[in-house]
Amino acid sequence: MDILLAIAIMALGAVVLGAALGFAAIKFKVEGDPLIEKIEAILPQTQCGQCGYPGCKPYAEAIANGDEINKCPPGGAEGVQRLADLLGREVKPLDAEEKPKQIAIIDENTCIGCTLCIQACPVDAIVGAAKQMHTIVAQQCTGCELCLPPCPVECIHMEAIGENIDNWKWKYPVVEIKAAVAPLKAA
Amino acid sequence: MLMNLFKFKGGVKPPTNKTQSVTLPIAQAPLPSRLVVPLHQSIGGMPQPVVQAGDKVLKGQLIGKADGWISAAVHAPTSGTVLEVAMHVQPHPSGLDALCVVIEPDGKDEWIAHGPLDYAAMTPEAVREHLQQSGVVGLGGAVFPTHGKLTASKTIPMEELVINGAECEPFITCDDLLMRERAEEVVRGIGIFRDLLLPKKVLIGIEDNKPEAAAAMRAAVQALGETFVVVQVPTLYPAGGAKQLIRVLTGKEVPASKRSTDLGVQCFNVATAYTAWRAIAHGEPVVSRLVTVTGNVHAPRNYEVLIGTPMGELLKLAQPHPDTDGIIMGGPMMGFLVPDRQVPVVKATNCLIAHDDRLFPPKAPEMPCIRCGACARACPHELQPFEMYWFSRAKNFGKTQEYNIFDCIECGCCSFVCPSRIPLVQYFRFAKSEIWAREREKNASDQAKTRFEFKQLREEREKADKAEKLAKAAAAQAAKKAAEAAAAAAESSAAPVADTASAPTVTTSTDAPSATTMEATAGPRAAPENDVKRATIEAAMARAKAQREAAQPKNTENLTPEQQKAAADIEARRVSAHLIEPEPVAPAPASEKPE
Repeated sequence: MDILLAIAIMALGAVVLGAALGFAAIKFKVEGDPLIEKIEAILPQTQCGQCGYPGCKPYAEAIANGDEINKCPPGGAEGVQRLADLLGREVKPLDAEEKPKQIAIIDENTCIGCTLCIQACPVDAIVGAAKQMHTIVAQQCTGCELCLPPCPVECIHMEAIGENIDNWKWKYPVVEIKAAVAPLKAA
Repeated sequence: MLMNLFKFKGGVKPPTNKTQSVTLPIAQAPLPSRLVVPLHQSIGGMPQPVVQAGDKVLKGQLIGKADGWISAAVHAPTSGTVLEVAMHVQPHPSGLDALCVVIEPDGKDEWIAHGPLDYAAMTPEAVREHLQQSGVVGLGGAVFPTHGKLTASKTIPMEELVINGAECEPFITCDDLLMRERAEEVVRGIGIFRDLLLPKKVLIGIEDNKPEAAAAMRAAVQALGETFVVVQVPTLYPAGGAKQLIRVLTGKEVPASKRSTDLGVQCFNVATAYTAWRAIAHGEPVVSRLVTVTGNVHAPRNYEVLIGTPMGELLKLAQPHPDTDGIIMGGPMMGFLVPDRQVPVVKATNCLIAHDDRLFPPKAPEMPCIRCGACARACPHELQPFEMYWFSRAKNFGKTQEYNIFDCIECGCCSFVCPSRIPLVQYFRFAKSEIWAREREKNASDQAKTRFEFKQLREEREKADKAEKLAKAAAAQAAKKAAEAAAAAAESSAAPVADTASAPTVTTSTDAPSATTMEATAGPRAAPENDVKRATIEAAMARAKAQREAAQPKNTENLTPEQQKAAADIEARRVSAHLIEPEPVAPAPASEKPE
């Protein structure tokens, strides 16, 4: 009799817990892979394809599946560091050279209005129409350089974003090394 | 004054160094050789220039139009000629350039037409609008457009209006002299703020090291019959910080991420009240301000200075000693060395200090933090500077925000007391600007992501639309073929003369059944697919013809009978010469849809 009661209690417990787990699985279901979203949040969203994938999301998926984390030049060394922190992997040097942030500029005197760059721009930052001059909306340009190769007259060039009062940053405080130290050493 | 005062935690007592510059009355600075007026002199939108090189301007004429509500207009400080609207170095620690209007004074200092306003008859909106158009901004240093602070909250009753005459930073005496010499106008200005905000109480806080100013203000309040309370607060840096002064006068502590207006308190500087009164009672926009010129100079003094005066020229009036090696704008606690002697005086410039190594000895090198906690005891905002320092230094910005780095007012008390001489405030400024830059980058990348995703979605949709269209066309083609085949079969069974079966000319799937009755135009029948091909070609030709006709000049209406006759003659000649085909009697059947 005791053994039956024990079995019944255990079975009841199993049913209750099973129901709770089943309910939780439906109620708190996570759509998509949260890791990919976290990786994608670190990537700079330039959609430039320099990593060899057609956009930041495919690269995020590739990283989640074990690809290297150092293929994103716009993210820079800092981006690699943050990816390494997130994924618990080792920091690797960037496999390309890091460039300052830049935007594309169309030489409007040379532009023939072929619309090829408009089709190439991943973020719709170029406005213009066939046989009309094109121009780049500077605020939207991510500096991905994808508009450079299709241009038949090479009227697009990249320009680094300079420092101005609005985007100027306070520098990291550094200890000044006194000039008097150098002659002492020489002597 | 029998009033219960409160205390704020922390604070320091640096040597005040105020007595040097209060011995002489306010002097009018002479007209400089040229004025460089920056357009962006207040928080908020960058005013747009409304003058160009070569324009003649009068004193007080608008040169920069306010851009948006939180923005204030900029005016010509004197009459003269605009030399250029160009980028010039700014009184900003970065030493970068910004857009300025450069004016060469003509020496006449001729005012534009202006006059007093009857503000009692104006609506509050009109008063605020007028203050914005007069370029009235907070002259305590934050240069927030004043009209933006003069709208009373609908839900929270305005309890106290705090007027800030504390002027706690060492060396600076411009508010002191303003209250001593122009107390009446300051009190009248406070009256305007009172009328707009309708507070229960008006408290004027003045540090107790300025008894003359307090006496002058009391006398002015009494003379004008106002009920404002002039309160002398203990001299303790930074008692002049808005949140600190509110704490001392009202006992209310403004919580992080809230504004004083949420507690029913609003705070203005005395100089702001003065300029507001000048703007209303005289119609004068803000074209000058009081500046203390002190430090390593022979004759420290307060000057009424036109906005845009080069700081180097202003400093010369006070006869700087020859070993002066720089100019500090602001006080020694929160000010900064200006990047160039030619930078202009702006609305935020309250003090210039001639810098030399005797007054400001070079800082000894930074030593390691010994965790003494002196900075935390000195912090007037009850933050933990040593914690924020470690995380800023390690560039762990998330942690600095957990320690509320954005509540730091950069008053410099922590750096002042640090026995290891760590430039704490510099670390905090670095961390803050990095966090802001990251925020901007994050917003930009989020935007790029949505735009990229939208573009992908659009391309997918276009592809799907195209595929659908192609599928529809293919289905129509197939239906047509089937109909033709059926028609051909029907015809061959109906008419035994199989070799002269008609090949349908231009036709569509809908009128295909009538093909049997159509005139036979084809010769001996070839394979059915050849028929279809030819039919397509003919259809295309018919379409081209129809288009050609549609594109013919439409200027043939309203012709005189002679012109019509001439045209008809020409047409006839062309037909006879076989240049064109004769006009068809019936319009050519057009295809229903192009392929």
